[in-house]
Amino acid sequence: MVPIVRPMLASKIEPMEKRNIFDEMTGVNGDDIRAPYTDFNAWFDGEDPARLRKKQREAEDLFRLTGITFNVYGRAAASERLIPFDIVPRVISGREWARLSRGIEQRVRAINAFLYDIYHRQEIVRAGRLPAEMIAKNAAFLPQMMGVSPAGGVYTHIVGIDLVRTGPDEFYVLEDNARTPSGVSYMLENRETMLQMFPELFARNRVLPVSNYPKMLRRSLAACAPAATSDKPTVAVLTPGIYNSAYYEHSFLADKMGVELVEGHDLRVVDGRVAMRTTEGYKAIDVLYRRVDDDYLDPLNFNPDSQLGVPGIMDVYKAGGITIANAPGTGIADDKAIYSYMPDIVEFYTGEKAILQNVPTWRCSEPDSLAYVLDNLSELVVKEVHGSGGYGMLIGPTATKKDIETFRRKLKARPSNYIAQPTLSLSTVPIFTRSGLAPRHVDLRPFVLVSPDRIDITPGGLTRVALKKGSLVVNSSQGGGTKDTWVLEE
Amino acid sequence: MLGKTAGGLFWMFRYLERSENTARLIEAGLRIALTRSGSTDEEWISVMQTAAVLDGYNVAYDGVVTRDQVIDWMLRDRDNPSSVLNAVEYARNNAKTVRTALTREVWEAVNECWMSLKSALARKVAERDLPHVLQLIRQRSAYVRGALHGTMLRNDIYNFARIGTFSERADNTARILDVKYYVLLPSAMAVGSSLDNVQWQTILRSVSAEGGFQMAYGQDPRPREIAQFLILDRRMPRSLAFCIEKIRANLGYLMSDYQTRLPCHDLAEKLALQTMQSSIDEIFDTGLHEYIQLFLKDNALLGQQIEVDYRFTQ
Repeated sequence: MVPIVRPMLASKIEPMEKRNIFDEMTGVNGDDIRAPYTDFNAWFDGEDPARLRKKQREAEDLFRLTGITFNVYGRAAASERLIPFDIVPRVISGREWARLSRGIEQRVRAINAFLYDIYHRQEIVRAGRLPAEMIAKNAAFLPQMMGVSPAGGVYTHIVGIDLVRTGPDEFYVLEDNARTPSGVSYMLENRETMLQMFPELFARNRVLPVSNYPKMLRRSLAACAPAATSDKPTVAVLTPGIYNSAYYEHSFLADKMGVELVEGHDLRVVDGRVAMRTTEGYKAIDVLYRRVDDDYLDPLNFNPDSQLGVPGIMDVYKAGGITIANAPGTGIADDKAIYSYMPDIVEFYTGEKAILQNVPTWRCSEPDSLAYVLDNLSELVVKEVHGSGGYGMLIGPTATKKDIETFRRKLKARPSNYIAQPTLSLSTVPIFTRSGLAPRHVDLRPFVLVSPDRIDITPGGLTRVALKKGSLVVNSSQGGGTKDTWVLEE
Repeated sequence: MLGKTAGGLFWMFRYLERSENTARLIEAGLRIALTRSGSTDEEWISVMQTAAVLDGYNVAYDGVVTRDQVIDWMLRDRDNPSSVLNAVEYARNNAKTVRTALTREVWEAVNECWMSLKSALARKVAERDLPHVLQLIRQRSAYVRGALHGTMLRNDIYNFARIGTFSERADNTARILDVKYYVLLPSAMAVGSSLDNVQWQTILRSVSAEGGFQMAYGQDPRPREIAQFLILDRRMPRSLAFCIEKIRANLGYLMSDYQTRLPCHDLAEKLALQTMQSSIDEIFDTGLHEYIQLFLKDNALLGQQIEVDYRFTQ
C-alpha cells in the first residue's frame, strides 16, 4: 500500500517552539502525515470537534463510574483521581513493532539469565563485567535468594519495559520494571473505551488485539506453579488493599483471571503451604501474583512491621511450596545503578549486541562522571538510583537555579545515590485539546509475560503522555495521562 | 470464597440497608414535626434512639437537640459511624474489597450511589432540598438491590449479601418497635386520640408501609394489628418474621452448598421457630418490650455466629 501523505491543516495543530522534535503523527517538520496515522487522520478530518469533545467527556464519566481511579498518597484518604485519557491513539506500524518486540524479548531473556546468575554463581562478576560492589552494596539485592531456583527458572513473570523514542527508528530503554510493573489495566480499559466510543476507527484500521492479556497472564502464572502441584494450580493475586494506589488494577486482574484477590490477613502458613482463609476453611495457593513489595512480603524474613505480607511465606517459597511472581529480589535487575550496565548484561548472557539502546548514563559514584555531571547539571536529568514514580529527580533544562543548587548539594553528599542522563528530545504524539490537536511528549510501557517455555509480548502497551505543553514528565502521579496504543497488522 | 469476601458482602449490604433505613426514619421524623405544634425534641430523640446514634449525638452536641443538628448528624456527620454518608462510604469500600465477587452492574450501582450521595451531602442540606435528598438515598440503595437481583448468580455470594440485608433490616424494625412499643400497649391506649394516630402512622411510615398496612388490615389501624404486621406478618418485607425467614433460608442454601451444618444454622432455626410459633396475643401477654429486647439480642448473636462460622475475620 502506498501511504497517502498530505499536509495537515495548519490551524489544526498547535506549533511547537522547537521543531526538531519528532512527532509520531506529523514527523520532524510537522508537515507530513506518517503512514501509520493516515487512516486516523482522514477520520479525524471528517469529525466534528464538538462531537469529539463530548466523547472525551463520556470517556471520563465511564472511567469514573467503572472506578478506574488511582489513590494519591499523602492526600485525604478518599482522594481518588482519574488518570486523564486522551482519545487520539498512539499508532505503531507492524514493522516498527517487529523490531521493538525482538529487542524487548532479548532484553527480558537477559534479565532472567542475569537474575539466575546473580543469585547463583555470579559469573558476570567473576568475568569482571560487573563490579562486585554493584551487587553486594545494593539494597535491591536479596541475600535470602542466594541459591534459590524459582519454579520453571522464571524470575520475572511480568515485566514492563519503559521505552522512549527520539526519531523514526530510534528507541531507547528508559527503565526496566522487573518488580511489580503496573498500568496494564489502563492498557486494557483504554482499548475497551476506544472500541466502545469509536468502533468505526477499528473497522478501517487493523489493530492487533490486547484483550487476551488476562488469559495469557493466568496461563503464564499457572505454567510456573511448583512442580508438585496438580494440573489445575490455584492462583491468587496479593494486594496491599483498597487504599493502595493501584488497587483498581489488582482487583481488575483478579476479576479477569477469575482468581481470588487476597490480602496478607487472608493468608497464613498451614502445613508447609501458604493458604487462604475461605468460608470453608484454609485452601492452599500454588501461585501468588503479589503486588506487594519484597520488603513487605514476609514480616518474619524482611520488614518485621509489615501488615501486608504473610509470616513465613519465604520459608515455604524456598522449600518449593509456592511460586511467588515476580520472584523476590528481582529489583536488582531494574535498579537504576545496574541499568547502566544493561548493554553489557544483554551481551554477556545472549551473546548478541543489545537491539534496544540504553540512554547514556553517568554513574555519579565514579569521580570522573560526578565531575562531569556537576559541571553540566542544567543540561542533564539526575535520578535517584532507587527512586520511582518521577519523584526525587532533577530535570536540568527546566529546573530553577535553586533546584539545581539543591541537587548539587545532594549529589556531593551522596554521589552513589544518583545517576545522570542527557535530556532526550522525546517524541510527541498529538493530544486532543480545546483548540484541536497539540503535540505532547510520550513514553511507552509494553508488557511482557515470561513462562518457562516462552515469552509473550502484548502488542502495544501503555502510552503515557505529559499533558502539559513541553513537559517531559509522563507519570500519572505527576499529572500525566494515557492513550490507547495501536500496533497495526503488517 | 474467601471469608473476607463473605464478610465484605455481608457488611456492604448491611450498610446500604442502614443508609436507606436512616433516610426513612428522618422522613418519619419530619412528617411528625409537620403535623404537630410545639416542641418535637422528644420525637427527634426517639428517632436517634431508633437509629442507635443518640449517645454519639449527645456527646457531640452536649445534649442540645435541634432538628437541623439531628438531621445533619444522621445524614452527613463524619463522627457518626452510622450517618448516611459514612454508611454509604463503608458500603462502597466493602464493595471495592469484594469487587471480584460482584457483577459490573452491582459495582457500578454502588459506586454511583456513593458518587451521587457524596455530592448531594457535600454541604449541609437545605430544608427545601431535604425531600429530594432523602428520596435519592432510598432510590440509590434500591438501584443496587435491583442490580443484585437482576444480574447476580444465586450462589453463596448472593446468600451472604442477602443475609447482611436482612440482619440489618430485622434489627431496624425491632428497634423501631423497641423505641415505640409503648404507643402500641393497651394500657397507653386512648383509642382514637389524634396523638396515637400520629404515632402509629409514624411507625408505619418509618418502614414505608402505610399503604401495605391499609391493604392488609383496612383503614383503621389498631395497635395490636400494627404489632402483628411488623412482627409476625410474613407478607410484610420488613417484618421480623419475614427477615428471619430470609436469613434462615439463605443460611440453608449455604448449608447445602457447602454440605456443612454449623452452629449459626441452629441459632437461625431456633429464632425462626420462635417467631413463627408466636401469636400476637402471646407476645402481648409475655410483654411486647421483653419480646423485642430478646429478639434484638438473638439477632445480634446470630450475626456474630455467622461471622465466626464463615470466617469473616481471622
